[in-house]
Amino acid sequence: MSALLQVRDLSVSFGRGAARVSAVDGLSYDLHAGETLAIVGESGSGKSVSSMALLGLLPPRAAHIDSGQTLFDGQDLLRMNDRQMRSVRGNRIAMIFQEPMTSLTPVLRIGQQLTEALVEHRSLSQRAARAKALEMLRLVDLSDPPRRMRQFPHELSGGMRQRVMIAMAMALEPDILIADEPTTALDVTVQAEILNLMRDVQACFGMAILLITHDMGVVAEMADRVVVMHRGKKVEEGPVRAIFDSPKAAYTASLLAAVPRLGARSAEDGPRPIIAQPAEPGEVVLHAEGMSKVFPGRGGIFGRSSGTVAMEEVGFRVRAGETLALVGESGSGKSTSGRAVLRLLEVDAGRIELEGDDMRTLSARSLRKARRAMQMVFQDPFAALNPRISIGRLIAEPMVIHGIARGSELEDRVAALLRRVGLEPEHMKRFAHEFSGGQRQRICIARALSVGPKLIVADEPTSALDVSVQAQVLELMLELQQSMGLAYLFISHDMAVVEEMAHRVAVMRQGRIVEMGPRRDVLNAPRHPYTAALLAAVPKPDPSAPRQKLPRLDLKDLPMGRLAQAAHDHWVAR
Amino acid sequence: MTAPADPIAAVPVAPRRAVWALLRSPSGAVGLAIVLVLVVVALLAPVIAPYDPFRMASGPRLAPPSWDHWMGTDQLGRDVFSRIVHGARLTLMIGTIAVGISLTAGLLLGLVAGYAGGWPERVLMRLVDVLFSFTEIVIALACLAILGVGLINAMIAIGIASIPFYARITHSVVLVEKNKPYFEAAVAAGASHLRLIFLHLLPNVIPTLIVVGTLGVSTAVLAAAGLSFLGLGAQPPQPEWGFMLSSSRDLISRAPWMMIFPGLAIAITVLGFNLLGDGVREVLDPRQRAR
Repeated sequence: MSALLQVRDLSVSFGRGAARVSAVDGLSYDLHAGETLAIVGESGSGKSVSSMALLGLLPPRAAHIDSGQTLFDGQDLLRMNDRQMRSVRGNRIAMIFQEPMTSLTPVLRIGQQLTEALVEHRSLSQRAARAKALEMLRLVDLSDPPRRMRQFPHELSGGMRQRVMIAMAMALEPDILIADEPTTALDVTVQAEILNLMRDVQACFGMAILLITHDMGVVAEMADRVVVMHRGKKVEEGPVRAIFDSPKAAYTASLLAAVPRLGARSAEDGPRPIIAQPAEPGEVVLHAEGMSKVFPGRGGIFGRSSGTVAMEEVGFRVRAGETLALVGESGSGKSTSGRAVLRLLEVDAGRIELEGDDMRTLSARSLRKARRAMQMVFQDPFAALNPRISIGRLIAEPMVIHGIARGSELEDRVAALLRRVGLEPEHMKRFAHEFSGGQRQRICIARALSVGPKLIVADEPTSALDVSVQAQVLELMLELQQSMGLAYLFISHDMAVVEEMAHRVAVMRQGRIVEMGPRRDVLNAPRHPYTAALLAAVPKPDPSAPRQKLPRLDLKDLPMGRLAQAAHDHWVAR
Repeated sequence: MTAPADPIAAVPVAPRRAVWALLRSPSGAVGLAIVLVLVVVALLAPVIAPYDPFRMASGPRLAPPSWDHWMGTDQLGRDVFSRIVHGARLTLMIGTIAVGISLTAGLLLGLVAGYAGGWPERVLMRLVDVLFSFTEIVIALACLAILGVGLINAMIAIGIASIPFYARITHSVVLVEKNKPYFEAAVAAGASHLRLIFLHLLPNVIPTLIVVGTLGVSTAVLAAAGLSFLGLGAQPPQPEWGFMLSSSRDLISRAPWMMIFPGLAIAITVLGFNLLGDGVREVLDPRQRAR
């Protein structure tokens, strides 16, 4: 069988002269009709760049295609002129992007955006294009297609927008669909639906999918064959089963080993012990009760709209040396809860006790003092460090604020902290942008540790990191907890990471905790249907498991009332 | 995995590298050259100028440009070239003082409003909005009506008139920075108000304000020339360029050099600061650098 698309010896670089960086180096692969080929790699592996090169979407002045050819239908895509390329792009090869928020034009109605390409490429009449567009919207399972046609992108949710993108891409019945991280920006239950949809669409149209992703779970669910990339080079290629079961390249093996697998610790009570004698959970450090927060609607001259309930009656306890994971999808109120605990946000009602002190009644001055005991680690280590202050001063800052150390003692402590998190003291004089994502997160952790806190609120601390780096940061966090007896409030959307880190889990939805209990009980035998749905939606990094349709959940009839005790320390919403 | 929010935008530029980058950009290099020439001329005015700018009858009245009087003489026989050279001092003074006033006040207002939030923000920014809705020159005229006519008062008036502009810009930058996690991280570390404002917010606001301030000098120079042209700024016999223009008005056909050269001086100065501002923006604003 001859390949639909043959990529041979493709090399792409950025910049010129001394600043030249090779992004893709001698990449070759074949894509056959009707198959799904996954290109997998971490950030900087060149996986996106190589596929953008196919469609001539690289920034023209910055990027150079140094060599290679990409044969599609007997023609070399890399040597097409603009007009030829336009007749291929969207028409024969369509693309969907990671960010459904920004890949639709915000000022045009969905209908217009859908029909545009049909009129352009297929010379359909407006009327025929409209009929086709409606058919496509129905095909991607959007409710009430005529209404969707009249709506603007901002009126749709992320998942709905990605459906529109797929409808748009498939309307011209392309031979190849390039999907660049199509579900990365979506919640896990929505991701499951979109992956289902992509499979259905492929079964219906028989196009080939070039799937670009960093997520091994998605690969296992979707791909027929896999190309693994690392630093611009292909390190391995093969059928998906072979890649997962017997990876030949060391890099593939290490990548797979770093992927957190849901169920890996289902037989264990706590997280993996890193040190010989880990500290056991001790006294209650944090006790939150009945926290509620309504974000007021936009205040106008003519009064306010009703506002959004971010958090309702949220309460939990965290013990020293213990991790409570707050799990949920975007908008579930998990980050709000974390920030409320630190009083980075004022709650409307509720009680927050840190080591017995009521945080809400503290004056500004004593609150500042109390902040010693609780620190935060943020999701985006790129934004969490002030870019204009050296990291030595950043790490020292909390100690300066609380008058813990000064002069040479301060410097010694900073050096020790850097060493503690696996960095060099010489790094002190550098600025945040000189470090990689993983190193920055280590710096953030060092900064949080500097004042000897009892509690660390970690808001998605690894979700901006590559899996191999994630594994290292998680291990560091476990090690610190076990040796120092830290309490973690660990906010995450990733069930597999939660399983690795947590002693106890609280599942949040729409501002409420719907289930809370020991990690093993909650993840192994969820008692709330929403928890069960979240767990089922997680793509399994195991291609040998049968690819079933992921379950769909009717979210309307979920019990969302008060928590009631279901078993020892296991609470479920009624 | 979420994409990091604009990682380059936050990269600080080392001063030495910044100067290099400035010289490498064409607009920055030309702008810097013009401004440097202006500064040198202003500093060395008594040395450069061949005549006393105030002395009448340095030569014949309304003499066209000649070897003795490069730019001719005015109706009182004063040497136009010497007056323009000395005028450079006034122009630079106007630019720095006016921008200094508006930048300082605008920065403080914007910082306080942006940091405090709540009702102080609403009151301050609405006030700024009200001022913003008038043309700067109208506010400047109103200020002059209160302060009285004169060059110093004109500088103050221009300074006051553009406060809203700087306040708005500072405020918008503060709002962006305040919502970045690093700011929240500092709050969570227990930082005091002063530390938050001056250590965390200010350094991130300054680059933007340097750009805006450089561009603002040219606006101020132009506004001062305008006020002087109307007779509200510089008074005779000050060699202010705008005032020189206005006094040439009736003699356009007889002695065009009286108008052409001050006009050119103003135009070149404005151009110089605009180019410099663009150059500085290219260096400090990484979104442009990243392209």
